[in-house]
Amino acid sequence: MSQNIVLKKGLNIPITGKADLRVSKAILPGIVAVQPGEFKGLLPRLLVKEGDSVLCGSPVIADKKNADILLTSPVSGKVKEIVRGEKRKLLAVLIETDGEQTCAEFKLESAEKLDSDSIRKAILASGLWPMLIQRPYGVIADPAVKPRDIFCSAYATAPLAADVEFCFADKVKDIQTGVTALSKLTEGAVHISFGPGESALQRITGAEFHTFEGKHPAGNVGVQIASIRPIRKEDIVWTISLDGLAAIGHLFNTGKLCLRRRVAVGGPMVIEPSYVETIPGTPVSVLAPFYGGDAEGLRIISGDVLSGRNVGAEGYVGFFDNQITIMKEGTEREMFGWIRPIRYRQFSTDRCYFSWLMPWRRYDMDTNLHGGPRAFLMNDGYYSKVLPMDIYPIFLAKACLAGDIDKMEKFGIYEVLPEDLAVCEFVDPSKNNIQEMIADGIDLMIKEMA
Amino acid sequence: MNKIFEKGGKLYWLHSTADAFDTFLAVPGTVTRKGSHVRDAVDLKRIIIVALIAAVPAALFGMWNVGYQHQLATGGTGLHIIANWWYGFLRVLPLYIVAYVVGLAIEFGTAQIRGEEVNEGYLMTGFLIPLIVPIDTPLWMLALAVAFATIFGKEVFGGTGMNIWNPALLTRAFLFFSYPNNMSGSACWIKTKAGEQLVDGFTGATPLALDGAAQYSTSFWSEFIGTIPGSVGETSTLCILLGAILLIWTGVASWKIMLSSVAGALFVGFLGQIGGATAIPCWEQLILGGFAFGTVFMATDPVTSAQTECGKWIYGFLIGAICITVRLFNPGYAEGMMLAILLGNTFAPLIDHVVVTLHINRKFKAA
Repeated sequence: MSQNIVLKKGLNIPITGKADLRVSKAILPGIVAVQPGEFKGLLPRLLVKEGDSVLCGSPVIADKKNADILLTSPVSGKVKEIVRGEKRKLLAVLIETDGEQTCAEFKLESAEKLDSDSIRKAILASGLWPMLIQRPYGVIADPAVKPRDIFCSAYATAPLAADVEFCFADKVKDIQTGVTALSKLTEGAVHISFGPGESALQRITGAEFHTFEGKHPAGNVGVQIASIRPIRKEDIVWTISLDGLAAIGHLFNTGKLCLRRRVAVGGPMVIEPSYVETIPGTPVSVLAPFYGGDAEGLRIISGDVLSGRNVGAEGYVGFFDNQITIMKEGTEREMFGWIRPIRYRQFSTDRCYFSWLMPWRRYDMDTNLHGGPRAFLMNDGYYSKVLPMDIYPIFLAKACLAGDIDKMEKFGIYEVLPEDLAVCEFVDPSKNNIQEMIADGIDLMIKEMA
Repeated sequence: MNKIFEKGGKLYWLHSTADAFDTFLAVPGTVTRKGSHVRDAVDLKRIIIVALIAAVPAALFGMWNVGYQHQLATGGTGLHIIANWWYGFLRVLPLYIVAYVVGLAIEFGTAQIRGEEVNEGYLMTGFLIPLIVPIDTPLWMLALAVAFATIFGKEVFGGTGMNIWNPALLTRAFLFFSYPNNMSGSACWIKTKAGEQLVDGFTGATPLALDGAAQYSTSFWSEFIGTIPGSVGETSTLCILLGAILLIWTGVASWKIMLSSVAGALFVGFLGQIGGATAIPCWEQLILGGFAFGTVFMATDPVTSAQTECGKWIYGFLIGAICITVRLFNPGYAEGMMLAILLGNTFAPLIDHVVVTLHINRKFKAA
């Protein structure tokens, strides 16, 4: 069964610096970081100490609540440092690579023959389980649950997102195995949503295909779920990225953990935007040639400009991310900015400016807030015109602000993650942090529903 | 910004004020800290200034009309564009000064108390207030009304964005109910200098306040262009339409509210016409009194109007319908637009509640 869904609402952020479809560098970093903070719902328990030798696939961190959920080392080498923050909070485990990439062997039969229990155990042992994200709430999937469906987006609409065909066309075999394995973990099906046009990934069998067409966030898996089969109270679905599917498939095909992926390095401040081949946990400092070496006044984001994390020049490529965006910190003040009739260099969706007349233009955006924080003033419709979901975004955000569980449920907190409302946050003339409001609301739900 | 305005500095009590002027001159250099790393270039300052520009034609014409009406009343003839405008400008200016000084003082003060930045919303409110009051309103009354509307209509709810009623209309409502003698009749719409004599038989009453045949003495064109007595900014439907075009073009105000308000007015006006309640054709209701100004600039206030797209249709229709109902069936009030909008504001949350609840029920039934 296949559906063709056209979403009219949305907004593509016209930012410069799209990565050319070529791999400019393959990186095996000297150090990688395993960062438990990236995983929502994980209470880390350290399994290694400084000086320990690890293989690619050796457990490094376990979850305190469920000891089966592991984070494993993506490289072979030695634990160099355990980085802790305030109150000894575990921030990262730094592993010095030995350059050999010796892998721990997982002896596995082919995914077709294995039953669901063995598949679950294999994914857990390899450290790939955290690739599975549960909705609602966006936490690591609970291995004890059989989800209604598993969703994966093969349609990238986020600003400067990595090209799906370029990154995954040669991983069809692994993704196929991943689909086969995961389809045994769900009551329903594995759903893959494509963008318009042909895709090499459409050769895959055993998954339900959907086609989406629209502006961002049409490529967000949350928006796709809402169009295919919305999440209601008591429903649990899982989502996974294509990188996750490929890694799980690779595990069953070869018995080895491999998190190598193509990462798009783009953004207005990038010299020759292109792709690198690397592993999550790579220090972004190895990307210094892309920004000329001096990170002063730059913001380095793991992920896209709407919902990525500001990792700074000392940070690391995120576990879930396959793009790095580099842009300028917008600390300069613009004289009479708001009153100028035309601000040619600035992008706005609002018709109070004129950039909507020039849809072909791309802008060197920076991180300036372009205004001061205010109470919500514009109507809900101002925001919902960029959100292709059947929810009232500002009613939901206000319910989250008020901490009203009943209203949050009604307004659709189960269906969204902060990233889905990122575009609403972008267009907000009151400069509210809508994603943070939703995230706080979700945290409250987790606390109250536990 | 200068250090003395920062926390611990000598002039910290002026922090919000200094910040307001500072950000007025240049977009602040603040960067995104949380959430989306890039933001749209638009901010509330821009949206408010566009709304304000939309009201400028009505304001300029209103000033000219003040002079023109004065000239008619004192027996002058001719258009005298500059002279009449200047006469009106000098009469309207004090109203503006009072509206802005009183309102902004309260706005700056409360922003400082709350430790927030000053919201731009009052720039629009202050621009509208002189346009919807009679030109002869005593300044102390206006000051009192502005203070009441700003404090009890807005700040007690938490400032711009949290208020239930449109503060500009609340100002007018306060004047209307507290000082009815100064707010209606035939004298208040004309500003005369001391010692001037009105010509015999001249009435400064608005067309709506006249009965029977007198209503017809004003032609369609004078009603449409606005050369009739009335509150400063509301007489010229033509200038208001110019503003409406800008508001709809930029999307600052909702065309749905405007359209449904017109539909509501036509509907009740038509019923009244065929039912024999009035002899005024229903379309003429649209160009009389404060209907056009209220529909374009007041009903569409995004804070106090219905929030949902579906709710906007109901909300607008309600305002248009109530306005004409008051005009036709209430002999006490010649004009119903102010009350219609305030009532619409009151009902807007209820309308939204019904719309949203129905939507949620439908959504969860389907699942």
